[in-house]
Amino acid sequence: MTDTVRASASLRRRLTLVLIGGAAVLALLIYFFVRHYATQIAQQGQDEVLGASVTSILDAAVIRNGTLEIDFPYASLSMLNTASDDRVFYAIYRDGEVLSGYPSLPRRAVEPGGPMSWTAVFDGTPVRITTAARRLIAAEGQTVISVSVAQTQDALAGTLRNISQTVALFGAGFFLMATALSFWATSATIGPLKRLTTSITRRGPQDLSPVAKPVPAEMIPLVSSLNNLMGRLDHSLRQSEDFIAEAAHRVRTPLATVRSHAEATLQRVEKEENRKALRSMVRAIDESSRAAGQLLDHAMITFRADHLERQTLNLTELVTDIVSRLEPVAEMKDIAFRVEAAPVVPVSGDPILLQNAIRNLIDNALKYSPGESVIDITVCMDETARLTICDSGPGFPPEQMAGLVDRFARGANAEGITGSGLGLTIAQDVAVAHNGHLVLSNRSSGGACVTFSL
Amino acid sequence: MKFLLVEDNMELAQAILSRLRLDGHVIDHAAKIQDAIAFSELGEYDLILLDIMLPDGDGRDFLQRHRQGRKDTPVIVLTARSQVSDRITLLDLGADDYVTKPFDHAELEARCRAVLRRRAGSARNVTQVGDVTFDPVAGVVQVAGTAIKLRNRELRLLELFMNAPGQIFSKQKLVDRLFSYDEDVSDNAIEVYVGRLRKHLETSSLRIRTSRGLGYSLEHD
Amino acid sequence: MRYLFALILCLLASVSGAQDWEDRQRFGPADASRVLRVLSSTDTALFEPLLRSFVAVNADTAIDYLVASTSELDQIFRQTPEAYDVVISSAMDLQFKLANDGFARPLEDFPYPGWAQWRRSLFAFTSEPAAIVINRDAFAGLDIPHTRQDLIRVLRDRPTLFQGRVGTYDVRQSGVGYLFATQDARTSETYWRLMEVMGGLQTQLYCCSGEMIEDVASGRIAVAYNVLASYAVARADLADQIEVIVPSDFQTIMMRTALVSARTPRPAHAQVFVAHLLRQKAAAGGGSATSLPGLDLTRDAAGQSTIPLQPALLTYLDTLKSAGFFKDWTDAVIQ
Repeated sequence: MTDTVRASASLRRRLTLVLIGGAAVLALLIYFFVRHYATQIAQQGQDEVLGASVTSILDAAVIRNGTLEIDFPYASLSMLNTASDDRVFYAIYRDGEVLSGYPSLPRRAVEPGGPMSWTAVFDGTPVRITTAARRLIAAEGQTVISVSVAQTQDALAGTLRNISQTVALFGAGFFLMATALSFWATSATIGPLKRLTTSITRRGPQDLSPVAKPVPAEMIPLVSSLNNLMGRLDHSLRQSEDFIAEAAHRVRTPLATVRSHAEATLQRVEKEENRKALRSMVRAIDESSRAAGQLLDHAMITFRADHLERQTLNLTELVTDIVSRLEPVAEMKDIAFRVEAAPVVPVSGDPILLQNAIRNLIDNALKYSPGESVIDITVCMDETARLTICDSGPGFPPEQMAGLVDRFARGANAEGITGSGLGLTIAQDVAVAHNGHLVLSNRSSGGACVTFSL
Repeated sequence: MKFLLVEDNMELAQAILSRLRLDGHVIDHAAKIQDAIAFSELGEYDLILLDIMLPDGDGRDFLQRHRQGRKDTPVIVLTARSQVSDRITLLDLGADDYVTKPFDHAELEARCRAVLRRRAGSARNVTQVGDVTFDPVAGVVQVAGTAIKLRNRELRLLELFMNAPGQIFSKQKLVDRLFSYDEDVSDNAIEVYVGRLRKHLETSSLRIRTSRGLGYSLEHD
Repeated sequence: MRYLFALILCLLASVSGAQDWEDRQRFGPADASRVLRVLSSTDTALFEPLLRSFVAVNADTAIDYLVASTSELDQIFRQTPEAYDVVISSAMDLQFKLANDGFARPLEDFPYPGWAQWRRSLFAFTSEPAAIVINRDAFAGLDIPHTRQDLIRVLRDRPTLFQGRVGTYDVRQSGVGYLFATQDARTSETYWRLMEVMGGLQTQLYCCSGEMIEDVASGRIAVAYNVLASYAVARADLADQIEVIVPSDFQTIMMRTALVSARTPRPAHAQVFVAHLLRQKAAAGGGSATSLPGLDLTRDAAGQSTIPLQPALLTYLDTLKSAGFFKDWTDAVIQ
């Protein structure tokens, strides 16, 4: 049945891949987002310093006695010192005319007010330029002073490189941790499924009881439909058992009628050949009724063997009870039971199965024993509980004995159904279900011996 | 002995009735539980033969009711169910024994005797012919007040003869009564038992006469 | 290629020929396979041992040592940066601006502390304070000034004695003089008061430390302010006549710097030369190979009164800013 199950992608692999993929995407997102954010902040930091420098230069601009003086403080440019020794350029303009500094510095028109920053290329290097302007009132009218301060971005690039490295490291760490976590999460998630599988696999083939252990909420639909399926299976198995029982019953009742007729007829018939025919008819009826019974017993044993209802029993009590039940039948043939039994031989087993097996064995002995003979039954306890039944019949045909044992080993099969074969099969199955065994032998004085040990 | 047979299958019931009456038992037949209840309330029975599947209910209900009514009449259940679990249920409900259908009438008789013997007591049905007395339930035979030991088939043979002294029984009839059908015996096998019985009865006033070609009969001196 | 070489030689000849150098000397063998042109503001005498030790090790390299004042040097180099291999100057601000403007070539694989270099292209190798140099005879019987305040007091108390006999750099001519002046002015107002006092005494103005030292020694002037102490100390022959005083109120310490021209045709050899220079001075520490005091590279920059190598050095090079400073200075000194 397993080889017909078609496998799609493994749930574990799928879950792991989804989690790891998610972690990878998340790690990349974190990397780019943090880097972008850090770039902005670093750029903002540089812009602020540049802005402060520009403002301090602008603030120094005064018109004294009609002439413009810009006595900007040493700090205006010293604040631009960076660890990477970034180059610094500046220019001071009055109404668009370069007053001092670097005349070729890229320019942008700017209104008086807050500083404006942008990135340009100067002297072959990318620079960040901040420009601000200020309006001054001179005697001859308004004049606009604007100041640009520029700085290379080596320190910024260094900072960004460091941040990128750190963030990349963090991202990688996050990814590794997420990967580890996803493996853990996957096995934690798959765990209950595995446990369910194990608990179902470990069951005997006849154990169709519902799964009682608690399962995660997500698995409830699966498990409940599984329970449902098993319930239906169990039900239909029971039904088929009931069906066999019912069938046996239905067959037997008319058989009983036919048998009565045959018997009644037999008493009126005198011709030897007719009587013979009627006798064998009665015997055939008996045989088929017996076969029906054993068939049913065997089905029941197969059904119960996987979940024995073990009880502690006294084997002696069990055997003597069966013997007393069979006493009237034995008496008919003047057969005596000679029972030698220890008072208490404790066994742990299914009483119904054991009764069935023992009854079949004694039935067999009765069947094969000649009239006015003795059947020896011993029940004893040495390493194991042991029951031996010996009759004075013809014994097992020696050349078939190995074959008989072999046949039991294969369990129930079609050839065993006819005759008494199934009786031994039943006994054998019951012994095996109880981890015991059945041994066949012949007495030296003649007769068959069956040893049933548990 | 007075028996009550509760069985709805008329043909089977007839077979049982005719067979048991041969042994001189008095048998009432009920085909329904209702009738069975009526019969059991009206009279005392030595044994009840009870079928399980009855048109107006389950024989087991009758059995339960019977036992609750503190009646200790032994009950043998006739059942088509052969499973051990069914048998155990029956015994738990108070059945004394059971016979699985289809059954051998000899076996049924044997079981009846066994049950009656276990409940032995009250009414003894002892047959006497000449100086020989026979208690079929206890299986005890006395010749002039001295008990002699007979085997089961010898007892059954003696019982047949004593129930109808002077009547000639064919060999076939005797075989039918004494052997179950799974035993492959010829009619001549009966000669052995007749021989043995003759030996047991040597000291008594009874003789078994051979009528050639017809069979055997019990004669009184 | 040959034509190009000839052209460069021709150009170099015309440039160098046209230039009027303070001093010009050649070191190393005449048949050297290459000649490094070193542009310097340092007197040859002070630098000679260093140059000789270099040519001793690098036999196939000769050095053309060209001396000019710091401002001249700056102008010359800016005009033809390809004509020179190494520039050495005491004017830190001008040197800094050269490096900032991209005239300096960064040196690879040369470990040097951050405070003593800038962008791996401008390297400091001496530590030279500005000093007061006095004529011992002229100050006989007077308190030796140890601070600028002391000097002001002495000058005010004896105006007749010092009239016309004080000297300092003409900041309009000397780059290092301008550096000292601006750094002084940045540090303390005392500078302006001193300048006013010196201006009142009709101070003599000099282009160079050497001349000031000579004049103090000869007694032409009694005191010179903001003289390079290293030069004065180096004149052991004048030790009896002059006394070198490094002011104790605050010191202005200049670092002599070297850079490799960004457009040098011999970058590798120029780097070897600078590396030699830095190694010699850094190793010397106190200044044994030459009389120039070396840098103690093991010291931290923090807490030193050394002028730091940083963009602020551009401040006083601003035309508006320097115009204002010159005006103030002229108002104070030339009365």
